[in-house]
Amino acid sequence: MHSYGYRVNALLTFAITILAVMSAMASLSDNLNSPTPFVHAQVSLSLSLRSVIHSFLNLTSFNRVSVQVTNINWFQKQPNGDDEVSMTMNISANLQSLFTWNTKQVFVFLAAEYETPKKPLNQISLWDGIIPSKDHAKFWIHTSNKYRFIDQGSNLRGKEFNLTMHWHVMPKTGKMFADKIVMPGYKLPEEYR
Amino acid sequence: MGDRKEAIAITMGWIGESVDSIKSLQIRQVLTQAVSLGMIVTSALIIWKALMCITGSESPVVVVLSGSMEPGFKRGDILFLHMSKDPIRAGEIVVFNVDGREIPIVHRVIKVHEREDTGEVDVLTKGDNNYGDDRLLYAHGQLWLQRHHIMGRAVGFLPYVGWVTIIMTEKPIIKYILIGALGLLVITSKD
Repeated sequence: MHSYGYRVNALLTFAITILAVMSAMASLSDNLNSPTPFVHAQVSLSLSLRSVIHSFLNLTSFNRVSVQVTNINWFQKQPNGDDEVSMTMNISANLQSLFTWNTKQVFVFLAAEYETPKKPLNQISLWDGIIPSKDHAKFWIHTSNKYRFIDQGSNLRGKEFNLTMHWHVMPKTGKMFADKIVMPGYKLPEEYR
Repeated sequence: MGDRKEAIAITMGWIGESVDSIKSLQIRQVLTQAVSLGMIVTSALIIWKALMCITGSESPVVVVLSGSMEPGFKRGDILFLHMSKDPIRAGEIVVFNVDGREIPIVHRVIKVHEREDTGEVDVLTKGDNNYGDDRLLYAHGQLWLQRHHIMGRAVGFLPYVGWVTIIMTEKPIIKYILIGALGLLVITSKD
Protein backbone atom coordinates (compact mmCIF):
# COMPACT_ATOMS: atom_id res chain seq x y z
CA MET A 1 0.00 0.00 0.00
CA HIS A 2 2.99 2.32 0.07
CA SER A 3 4.63 1.64 -3.25
CA TYR A 4 5.42 4.54 -5.56
CA GLY A 5 2.86 3.28 -8.04
CA TYR A 6 0.04 3.57 -5.53
CA ARG A 7 1.16 7.01 -4.47
CA VAL A 8 1.30 8.32 -8.04
CA ASN A 9 -2.10 6.82 -8.74
CA ALA A 10 -3.66 8.45 -5.69
CA LEU A 11 -2.06 11.80 -6.52
CA LEU A 12 -3.28 11.77 -10.12
CA THR A 13 -6.77 10.76 -9.11
CA PHE A 14 -6.94 13.54 -6.56
CA ALA A 15 -5.61 16.11 -9.04
CA ILE A 16 -8.15 15.15 -11.70
CA THR A 17 -10.94 15.19 -9.14
CA ILE A 18 -9.96 18.69 -8.08
CA LEU A 19 -9.91 19.84 -11.70
CA ALA A 20 -13.37 18.40 -12.30
CA VAL A 21 -14.76 20.06 -9.19
CA MET A 22 -13.25 23.41 -10.15
CA SER A 23 -14.71 23.16 -13.66
CA ALA A 24 -18.13 22.31 -12.28
CA MET A 25 -18.00 25.18 -9.80
CA ALA A 26 -16.93 27.64 -12.50
CA SER A 27 -19.79 26.51 -14.71
CA LEU A 28 -22.34 26.56 -11.90
CA SER A 29 -21.29 30.04 -10.84
CA ASP A 30 -22.57 31.31 -14.20
CA ASN A 31 -26.08 30.63 -12.98
CA LEU A 32 -25.62 33.36 -10.41
CA ASN A 33 -25.28 35.99 -13.12
CA SER A 34 -28.44 37.82 -14.13
CA PRO A 35 -27.58 39.42 -17.45
CA THR A 36 -29.49 42.48 -18.56
CA PRO A 37 -28.54 43.88 -21.94
CA PHE A 38 -29.73 47.33 -20.96
CA VAL A 39 -27.64 49.87 -19.21
CA HIS A 40 -29.15 50.94 -15.95
CA ALA A 41 -28.91 54.69 -15.97
CA GLN A 42 -26.76 55.69 -13.07
CA VAL A 43 -28.24 58.08 -10.57
CA SER A 44 -25.66 60.75 -10.17
CA LEU A 45 -25.30 62.21 -6.70
CA SER A 46 -23.06 64.88 -8.09
CA LEU A 47 -24.47 67.60 -10.25
CA SER A 48 -21.19 68.40 -11.91
CA LEU A 49 -21.39 69.06 -15.59
CA ARG A 50 -19.11 66.17 -16.46
CA SER A 51 -21.18 63.56 -14.69
CA VAL A 52 -24.41 64.95 -16.10
CA ILE A 53 -23.07 64.83 -19.62
CA HIS A 54 -21.67 61.35 -19.03
CA SER A 55 -24.99 60.03 -17.77
CA PHE A 56 -26.82 61.66 -20.63
CA LEU A 57 -24.52 60.14 -23.23
CA ASN A 58 -24.84 56.73 -21.62
CA LEU A 59 -28.58 57.00 -21.53
CA THR A 60 -29.13 58.18 -25.06
CA SER A 61 -26.40 56.26 -26.82
CA PHE A 62 -26.44 52.81 -25.31
CA ASN A 63 -29.48 52.49 -23.16
CA ARG A 64 -30.81 49.52 -25.10
CA VAL A 65 -30.34 47.17 -27.97
CA SER A 66 -31.25 49.11 -31.06
CA VAL A 67 -31.38 48.30 -34.76
CA GLN A 68 -32.34 50.74 -37.47
CA VAL A 69 -32.71 49.76 -41.09
CA THR A 70 -31.30 52.83 -42.75
CA ASN A 71 -31.54 51.77 -46.38
CA ILE A 72 -32.88 49.07 -48.66
CA ASN A 73 -29.96 48.68 -51.02
CA TRP A 74 -31.79 46.55 -53.51
CA PHE A 75 -34.80 44.28 -53.63
CA GLN A 76 -35.26 41.84 -56.49
CA LYS A 77 -36.77 38.58 -57.52
CA GLN A 78 -34.16 36.00 -58.41
CA PRO A 79 -34.35 34.02 -61.67
CA ASN A 80 -35.55 31.00 -59.69
CA GLY A 81 -38.46 33.01 -58.31
CA ASP A 82 -37.20 33.66 -54.77
CA ASP A 83 -37.17 37.20 -53.42
CA GLU A 84 -33.90 38.65 -52.21
CA VAL A 85 -33.27 41.89 -50.37
CA SER A 86 -30.13 43.66 -49.22
CA MET A 87 -30.32 46.30 -46.52
CA THR A 88 -28.07 48.57 -44.50
CA MET A 89 -28.49 48.65 -40.74
CA ASN A 90 -27.28 50.51 -37.69
CA ILE A 91 -26.83 48.01 -34.86
CA SER A 92 -26.02 49.11 -31.34
CA ALA A 93 -26.04 47.13 -28.12
CA ASN A 94 -24.51 46.87 -24.69
CA LEU A 95 -24.00 43.25 -23.75
CA GLN A 96 -21.45 43.78 -21.00
CA SER A 97 -23.67 42.20 -18.38
CA LEU A 98 -23.39 38.85 -20.17
CA PHE A 99 -19.74 38.50 -19.21
CA THR A 100 -18.67 36.63 -16.11
CA TRP A 101 -15.27 35.41 -15.09
CA ASN A 102 -16.01 32.12 -16.87
CA THR A 103 -17.00 33.68 -20.20
CA LYS A 104 -14.77 33.02 -23.19
CA GLN A 105 -16.81 34.81 -25.84
CA VAL A 106 -20.30 35.93 -26.71
CA PHE A 107 -21.60 35.09 -30.15
CA VAL A 108 -24.16 37.70 -31.13
CA PHE A 109 -26.26 37.67 -34.27
CA LEU A 110 -29.19 39.50 -35.77
CA ALA A 111 -31.91 37.47 -37.47
CA ALA A 112 -34.94 38.48 -39.50
CA GLU A 113 -38.01 36.47 -38.56
CA TYR A 114 -41.26 36.44 -40.49
CA GLU A 115 -44.04 34.14 -41.56
CA THR A 116 -45.45 33.31 -44.98
CA PRO A 117 -48.60 31.41 -45.97
CA LYS A 118 -46.80 28.11 -46.43
CA LYS A 119 -44.03 28.58 -43.88
CA PRO A 120 -45.15 29.83 -40.48
CA LEU A 121 -41.61 30.36 -39.30
CA ASN A 122 -38.63 31.76 -41.18
CA GLN A 123 -35.42 32.82 -39.47
CA ILE A 124 -32.60 34.29 -41.52
CA SER A 125 -29.40 35.45 -39.91
CA LEU A 126 -28.41 38.83 -41.33
CA TRP A 127 -25.30 39.63 -39.35
CA ASP A 128 -23.22 38.00 -36.66
CA GLY A 129 -20.16 38.80 -34.63
CA ILE A 130 -18.00 37.37 -31.89
CA ILE A 131 -17.39 39.55 -28.85
CA PRO A 132 -14.14 38.37 -27.28
CA SER A 133 -14.19 40.44 -24.10
CA LYS A 134 -16.27 42.76 -21.97
CA ASP A 135 -14.48 45.80 -23.37
CA HIS A 136 -15.89 45.03 -26.81
CA ALA A 137 -19.40 44.29 -25.63
CA LYS A 138 -20.63 47.85 -26.05
CA PHE A 139 -20.74 48.48 -29.76
CA TRP A 140 -22.31 50.42 -32.57
CA ILE A 141 -21.86 49.34 -36.16
CA HIS A 142 -23.16 50.36 -39.54
CA THR A 143 -23.27 47.44 -41.96
CA SER A 144 -25.16 45.76 -44.73
CA ASN A 145 -26.44 42.27 -44.16
CA LYS A 146 -23.64 39.74 -44.04
CA TYR A 147 -25.78 36.81 -45.16
CA ARG A 148 -28.16 36.94 -48.05
CA PHE A 149 -31.76 37.61 -47.12
CA ILE A 150 -33.50 35.23 -49.51
CA ASP A 151 -37.01 33.96 -49.10
CA GLN A 152 -38.05 30.47 -50.12
CA GLY A 153 -40.59 31.88 -52.48
CA SER A 154 -41.82 35.29 -53.52
CA ASN A 155 -43.39 36.57 -50.33
CA LEU A 156 -41.28 39.53 -49.27
CA ARG A 157 -43.04 42.47 -50.93
CA GLY A 158 -44.63 44.54 -48.20
CA LYS A 159 -43.69 41.88 -45.66
CA GLU A 160 -43.57 42.84 -42.01
CA PHE A 161 -40.81 41.16 -40.06
CA ASN A 162 -39.11 41.14 -36.67
CA LEU A 163 -35.45 41.71 -36.12
CA THR A 164 -34.23 39.55 -33.27
CA MET A 165 -30.87 39.95 -31.61
CA HIS A 166 -29.66 36.64 -30.20
CA TRP A 167 -26.63 36.04 -28.06
CA HIS A 168 -24.91 32.79 -27.14
CA VAL A 169 -22.62 32.95 -24.15
CA MET A 170 -19.79 30.47 -24.57
CA PRO A 171 -17.96 29.75 -21.33
CA LYS A 172 -14.39 28.68 -20.79
CA THR A 173 -15.84 25.40 -19.59
CA GLY A 174 -19.28 23.99 -19.00
CA LYS A 175 -22.79 24.87 -20.09
CA MET A 176 -23.66 27.37 -22.78
CA PHE A 177 -26.44 29.95 -22.42
CA ALA A 178 -28.52 31.69 -25.04
CA ASP A 179 -31.16 34.40 -25.09
CA LYS A 180 -32.59 37.05 -27.38
CA ILE A 181 -34.46 40.31 -27.74
CA VAL A 182 -37.24 40.57 -30.31
CA MET A 183 -37.70 43.92 -32.03
CA PRO A 184 -40.93 44.01 -34.07
CA GLY A 185 -42.20 46.54 -36.52
CA TYR A 186 -39.95 46.37 -39.57
CA LYS A 187 -41.42 46.30 -43.06
CA LEU A 188 -40.10 45.74 -46.55
CA PRO A 189 -41.13 47.87 -49.54
CA GLU A 190 -44.21 47.02 -51.57
CA GLU A 191 -42.32 47.17 -54.84
CA TYR A 192 -39.02 45.83 -56.08
CA ARG A 193 -36.25 48.37 -56.55
CA MET B 1 14.73 -53.91 -13.20
CA GLY B 2 16.50 -51.13 -11.27
CA ASP B 3 16.47 -48.82 -14.29
CA ARG B 4 12.75 -49.28 -14.74
CA LYS B 5 12.14 -48.41 -11.12
CA GLU B 6 14.22 -45.28 -11.43
CA ALA B 7 12.41 -44.21 -14.59
CA ILE B 8 9.05 -44.73 -12.95
CA ALA B 9 10.12 -42.73 -9.91
CA ILE B 10 11.33 -39.82 -12.05
CA THR B 11 8.11 -39.79 -14.04
CA MET B 12 5.92 -39.83 -10.95
CA GLY B 13 7.95 -37.02 -9.44
CA TRP B 14 7.44 -34.86 -12.51
CA ILE B 15 3.72 -35.53 -12.52
CA GLY B 16 3.52 -34.69 -8.85
CA GLU B 17 5.27 -31.38 -9.36
CA SER B 18 2.93 -30.49 -12.20
CA VAL B 19 -0.13 -31.22 -10.12
CA ASP B 20 1.21 -29.14 -7.26
CA SER B 21 1.95 -26.30 -9.65
CA ILE B 22 -1.60 -26.31 -10.99
CA LYS B 23 -3.11 -26.43 -7.54
CA SER B 24 -1.05 -23.45 -6.46
CA LEU B 25 -2.58 -21.29 -9.21
CA GLN B 26 -5.31 -20.15 -6.82
CA ILE B 27 -8.26 -20.46 -9.12
CA ARG B 28 -10.32 -18.06 -7.03
CA GLN B 29 -7.87 -15.22 -7.59
CA VAL B 30 -7.82 -15.76 -11.35
CA LEU B 31 -11.60 -15.74 -11.46
CA THR B 32 -11.68 -12.55 -9.42
CA GLN B 33 -9.34 -10.87 -11.88
CA ALA B 34 -11.44 -11.96 -14.84
CA VAL B 35 -14.63 -10.74 -13.19
CA SER B 36 -13.02 -7.38 -12.37
CA LEU B 37 -11.93 -6.91 -15.96
CA GLY B 38 -15.39 -7.77 -17.20
CA MET B 39 -16.95 -5.35 -14.75
CA ILE B 40 -14.78 -2.52 -16.02
CA VAL B 41 -15.66 -3.17 -19.65
CA THR B 42 -19.37 -3.57 -19.01
CA SER B 43 -19.44 -0.48 -16.77
CA ALA B 44 -18.05 1.59 -19.63
CA LEU B 45 -20.68 0.21 -21.99
CA ILE B 46 -23.48 0.80 -19.51
CA ILE B 47 -22.41 4.38 -18.88
CA TRP B 48 -22.33 5.11 -22.61
CA LYS B 49 -25.74 3.56 -23.20
CA ALA B 50 -27.18 5.43 -20.23
CA LEU B 51 -25.82 8.69 -21.63
CA MET B 52 -27.45 7.90 -24.95
CA CYS B 53 -30.79 7.39 -23.22
CA ILE B 54 -30.52 10.51 -21.09
CA THR B 55 -29.49 12.84 -23.90
CA GLY B 56 -31.64 11.31 -26.60
CA SER B 57 -28.73 11.45 -29.01
CA GLU B 58 -26.94 8.52 -30.57
CA SER B 59 -23.66 10.30 -29.96
CA PRO B 60 -23.85 12.13 -26.61
CA VAL B 61 -20.21 13.22 -26.54
CA VAL B 62 -18.18 14.30 -29.55
CA VAL B 63 -14.66 15.59 -29.98
CA VAL B 64 -13.98 18.70 -32.06
CA LEU B 65 -11.62 17.71 -34.86
CA SER B 66 -11.27 20.90 -36.88
CA GLY B 67 -11.05 24.62 -36.34
CA SER B 68 -14.23 25.60 -38.15
CA MET B 69 -15.89 26.91 -34.98
CA GLU B 70 -12.95 28.80 -33.52
CA PRO B 71 -12.55 30.68 -31.28
CA GLY B 72 -15.58 29.20 -29.57
CA PHE B 73 -14.59 25.58 -30.03
CA LYS B 74 -11.04 24.53 -30.64
CA ARG B 75 -9.60 21.23 -31.77
CA GLY B 76 -9.51 18.89 -28.79
CA ASP B 77 -12.59 20.24 -26.99
CA ILE B 78 -15.33 17.77 -26.22
CA LEU B 79 -18.96 18.74 -26.67
CA PHE B 80 -21.94 17.41 -24.76
CA LEU B 81 -24.97 16.97 -26.97
CA HIS B 82 -28.65 16.81 -26.29
CA MET B 83 -31.47 15.98 -28.65
CA SER B 84 -35.11 16.65 -27.93
CA LYS B 85 -38.34 17.39 -29.72
CA ASP B 86 -37.79 21.12 -29.42
CA PRO B 87 -37.72 22.80 -32.81
CA ILE B 88 -34.42 23.73 -34.41
CA ARG B 89 -33.87 27.47 -34.27
CA ALA B 90 -31.33 29.90 -35.68
CA GLY B 91 -28.19 30.23 -33.62
CA GLU B 92 -28.20 26.75 -32.17
CA ILE B 93 -25.05 24.69 -32.55
CA VAL B 94 -26.12 21.40 -34.07
CA VAL B 95 -24.35 18.17 -34.90
CA PHE B 96 -25.40 16.74 -38.21
CA ASN B 97 -24.60 13.88 -40.52
CA VAL B 98 -24.11 14.37 -44.22
CA ASP B 99 -24.94 11.48 -46.52
CA GLY B 100 -21.69 9.95 -47.66
CA ARG B 101 -19.62 11.33 -44.78
CA GLU B 102 -18.58 9.28 -41.77
CA ILE B 103 -17.78 12.01 -39.28
CA PRO B 104 -20.54 14.29 -37.98
CA ILE B 105 -20.10 18.04 -38.27
CA VAL B 106 -20.74 20.59 -35.53
CA HIS B 107 -21.82 23.96 -36.93
CA ARG B 108 -24.23 26.78 -36.19
CA VAL B 109 -27.67 27.25 -37.71
CA ILE B 110 -27.98 30.50 -39.63
CA LYS B 111 -31.25 29.98 -41.52
CA VAL B 112 -34.46 28.14 -40.73
CA HIS B 113 -37.58 27.67 -42.83
CA GLU B 114 -40.36 25.63 -41.28
CA ARG B 115 -43.15 24.15 -43.36
CA GLU B 116 -46.69 24.36 -42.11
CA ASP B 117 -48.11 21.21 -43.66
CA THR B 118 -45.49 18.66 -42.68
CA GLY B 119 -43.71 20.40 -39.84
CA GLU B 120 -40.50 19.63 -41.71
CA VAL B 121 -37.78 22.19 -41.34
CA ASP B 122 -35.11 23.41 -43.77
CA VAL B 123 -31.89 24.37 -42.01
CA LEU B 124 -28.72 26.02 -43.28
CA THR B 125 -25.57 25.89 -41.18
CA LYS B 126 -22.19 27.59 -41.10
CA GLY B 127 -19.01 27.29 -39.07
CA ASP B 128 -18.25 30.47 -37.13
CA ASN B 129 -14.71 30.50 -38.46
CA ASN B 130 -15.66 29.67 -42.05
CA TYR B 131 -16.21 32.25 -44.72
CA GLY B 132 -19.22 30.73 -46.42
CA ASP B 133 -22.14 28.52 -45.53
CA ASP B 134 -22.07 24.73 -45.49
CA ARG B 135 -23.68 23.97 -48.83
CA LEU B 136 -20.31 22.82 -50.11
CA LEU B 137 -20.24 20.24 -47.31
CA TYR B 138 -23.70 18.86 -47.92
CA ALA B 139 -24.35 16.01 -50.30
CA HIS B 140 -24.15 16.96 -53.96
CA GLY B 141 -27.21 18.97 -54.92
CA GLN B 142 -28.46 19.27 -51.35
CA LEU B 143 -29.28 22.83 -50.31
CA TRP B 144 -30.82 22.34 -46.85
CA LEU B 145 -30.56 20.04 -43.88
CA GLN B 146 -33.69 18.40 -42.57
CA ARG B 147 -34.54 17.11 -39.14
CA HIS B 148 -33.32 13.61 -39.80
CA HIS B 149 -29.82 14.84 -40.56
CA ILE B 150 -29.43 16.41 -37.13
CA MET B 151 -28.10 14.23 -34.33
CA GLY B 152 -28.16 16.70 -31.48
CA ARG B 153 -27.42 20.19 -30.31
CA ALA B 154 -24.45 21.28 -28.24
CA VAL B 155 -25.27 22.29 -24.68
CA GLY B 156 -21.86 22.38 -23.03
CA PHE B 157 -18.22 21.58 -23.50
CA LEU B 158 -14.90 20.92 -21.81
CA PRO B 159 -11.65 22.19 -23.27
CA TYR B 160 -8.58 20.04 -24.00
CA VAL B 161 -10.06 16.75 -22.76
CA GLY B 162 -10.59 15.42 -26.26
CA TRP B 163 -6.91 15.45 -27.15
CA VAL B 164 -6.59 11.92 -25.78
CA THR B 165 -9.03 10.70 -28.39
CA ILE B 166 -7.38 12.63 -31.21
CA ILE B 167 -3.94 11.31 -30.37
CA MET B 168 -5.17 7.74 -30.16
CA THR B 169 -6.98 8.08 -33.47
CA GLU B 170 -4.03 9.56 -35.30
CA LYS B 171 -1.38 7.27 -33.78
CA PRO B 172 -2.96 3.82 -33.41
CA ILE B 173 0.24 2.36 -31.96
CA ILE B 174 -0.20 4.60 -28.92
CA LYS B 175 -3.74 3.31 -28.54
CA TYR B 176 -2.64 -0.33 -28.51
CA ILE B 177 0.21 0.35 -26.12
CA LEU B 178 -2.12 2.19 -23.77
CA ILE B 179 -4.79 -0.50 -23.85
CA GLY B 180 -2.19 -3.21 -23.38
CA ALA B 181 -0.64 -1.39 -20.43
CA LEU B 182 -4.01 -0.87 -18.80
CA GLY B 183 -4.90 -4.50 -19.34
CA LEU B 184 -1.66 -5.71 -17.79
CA LEU B 185 -2.13 -3.33 -14.89
CA VAL B 186 -5.58 -4.69 -14.15
CA ILE B 187 -4.56 -8.31 -14.48
CA THR B 188 -1.43 -8.05 -12.38
CA SER B 189 -2.83 -5.95 -9.55
CA LYS B 190 -2.97 -7.83 -6.25
CA ASP B 191 -5.67 -5.91 -4.43
